[in-house]
Amino acid sequence: MSNLNIPVYLDYSATTPVDERVAKAMADCLTLQGNFGNPASRSHVFGWKAEDAVTEARKNVANLIGSSPKEVIWTSGATESNNLAIKGAAHFNERKGKHIITLKTEHKAVLDTCRQLEREGFEVTYLDPQDNGLLDINALAAAIREDTTVVSIMHVNNEIGVIQDVAAIGALTRSKGIIFHVDAAQSPGKVAINVDEMNIDLLSLCAHKAYGPKGIGALYVRRKPRIRIEAQIHGGGHERGMRSGTLPTHQIVGMGEAFRLAHEEMAEECARIEALRDRLYDGLKDMEEVYVNGDLEQRIPGNLNISFNYVEGESLMMSLKDIAVSSGSACTSDSLEPSYVLRALGRNDELAHSSLRFTLGRFTTEEEVDFTIAEVRKAVEKLRDLSPLWDMYKDGVDLDTVQWAAH
Amino acid sequence: MAYSDKVIDHYENPRNVGKMDANDSNVGTGMVGAPACGDVMRLQIKINDDGVIEDAKFKTYGCGSAIASSSLVTEMVKGKTLDEAAAIKNMEIVEELALPPVKIHCSVLAEDAIAAAIADLREKRGEESSAESAA
Repeated sequence: MSNLNIPVYLDYSATTPVDERVAKAMADCLTLQGNFGNPASRSHVFGWKAEDAVTEARKNVANLIGSSPKEVIWTSGATESNNLAIKGAAHFNERKGKHIITLKTEHKAVLDTCRQLEREGFEVTYLDPQDNGLLDINALAAAIREDTTVVSIMHVNNEIGVIQDVAAIGALTRSKGIIFHVDAAQSPGKVAINVDEMNIDLLSLCAHKAYGPKGIGALYVRRKPRIRIEAQIHGGGHERGMRSGTLPTHQIVGMGEAFRLAHEEMAEECARIEALRDRLYDGLKDMEEVYVNGDLEQRIPGNLNISFNYVEGESLMMSLKDIAVSSGSACTSDSLEPSYVLRALGRNDELAHSSLRFTLGRFTTEEEVDFTIAEVRKAVEKLRDLSPLWDMYKDGVDLDTVQWAAH
Repeated sequence: MAYSDKVIDHYENPRNVGKMDANDSNVGTGMVGAPACGDVMRLQIKINDDGVIEDAKFKTYGCGSAIASSSLVTEMVKGKTLDEAAAIKNMEIVEELALPPVKIHCSVLAEDAIAAAIADLREKRGEESSAESAA
């Protein structure tokens, strides 16, 4: 088999393919011959076997985050985990206070949850990150009030891959007795997590960014000191009453196996992917007017978010038809606003419109990276030849002085 | 989001890409849009002595549909008088390129570019004719 698979997949932060080893473990939990029972069935061996598999998976997830298996609650994914954590903790503590602090570059699952709480009468402070995407801990400290009950800060940003110093944040929130929730959807297998060392109280996880299946996630809920949350889904009292619903054994087994592998192979995999990411960046960085978005050091190995000035992101992706990437350009979404994450970094709208996100992963090869470099260079050159802004830049016109007819 | 074949064709083989001398009295230049909005079109038209557009050039910063819309417009205006070109409506572009609703603004921008290029040319020629009568 060639090491160049076209189309080349460089969108691992959107989702990952399920690892073959994970798929095998999942397939064993579906049919009559397999482990198909309901883990909640206490009266027969089918249930017991399924429960054993769920317990094993819970251990694997707990191992990766340094928690006890008892602190892991299964959910449908990180979006649900974020909803359960933030709404659950905010509601449970609403008599103590109704103030929440988060970051402008959070995932929509956090931001929209906070918006909902605002509609219910909570107050939310949305902190600006610094230009490198990282939170200034002093800004957080200054925003904390008497009535602050929850601080929600993501571990790894999905667009720019920067890693927040959650340990420092955790030390601060713990000292103030504030619940600390971390959206860690992008972290497993890419950066170490330890909920005790980092003083994290609630942590959202999902499987499909780490070579597990879609539709399964988990929420870590600290037991000591005990963090209490209000359930959002009521039913049979599964998951210590925090999240009812029959446990999908095959999904859970898939997540467990994916996290076991992520934990075991992290060091080797990160080194390999980082070398590929650096190869990609080295192949592009000598081009004119190219800017990396987000801190390059405090960053997961597989992410390169880069703006090609004077070229619009969507048209660039259209040229890269053999490469799957994503863009912060407005035109990729139904709204016409460019990436709110890049704008929160203080990037001007032009650079936000001109950005591409390359995310590399387990199955990315050197050949694919080299192919990508060649294709991107060709496409940027072609589109700059088409760009009136590039003409003006080359003619020495300062685009900031031009009176644009905004539309 | 899938693009129509016509958008892809114009995007991959853009017609009439380039730049004409903006100081030429027979050339009108229209630049519309803004970098912050994600699209900027520069359309230039050149008329002959009969007042017919004999050449058109464009450069566009924007999404594939914006590039295709401006490429198409350079073809549409050629051979038309200024009045005929001014009558081109954005819906003709939408239909020709089968643009989805979210891309209709690209066609509006292309229509604006035609209007801006014509206005520039008329302004220039107004000045020119008064200069001629003075001479």
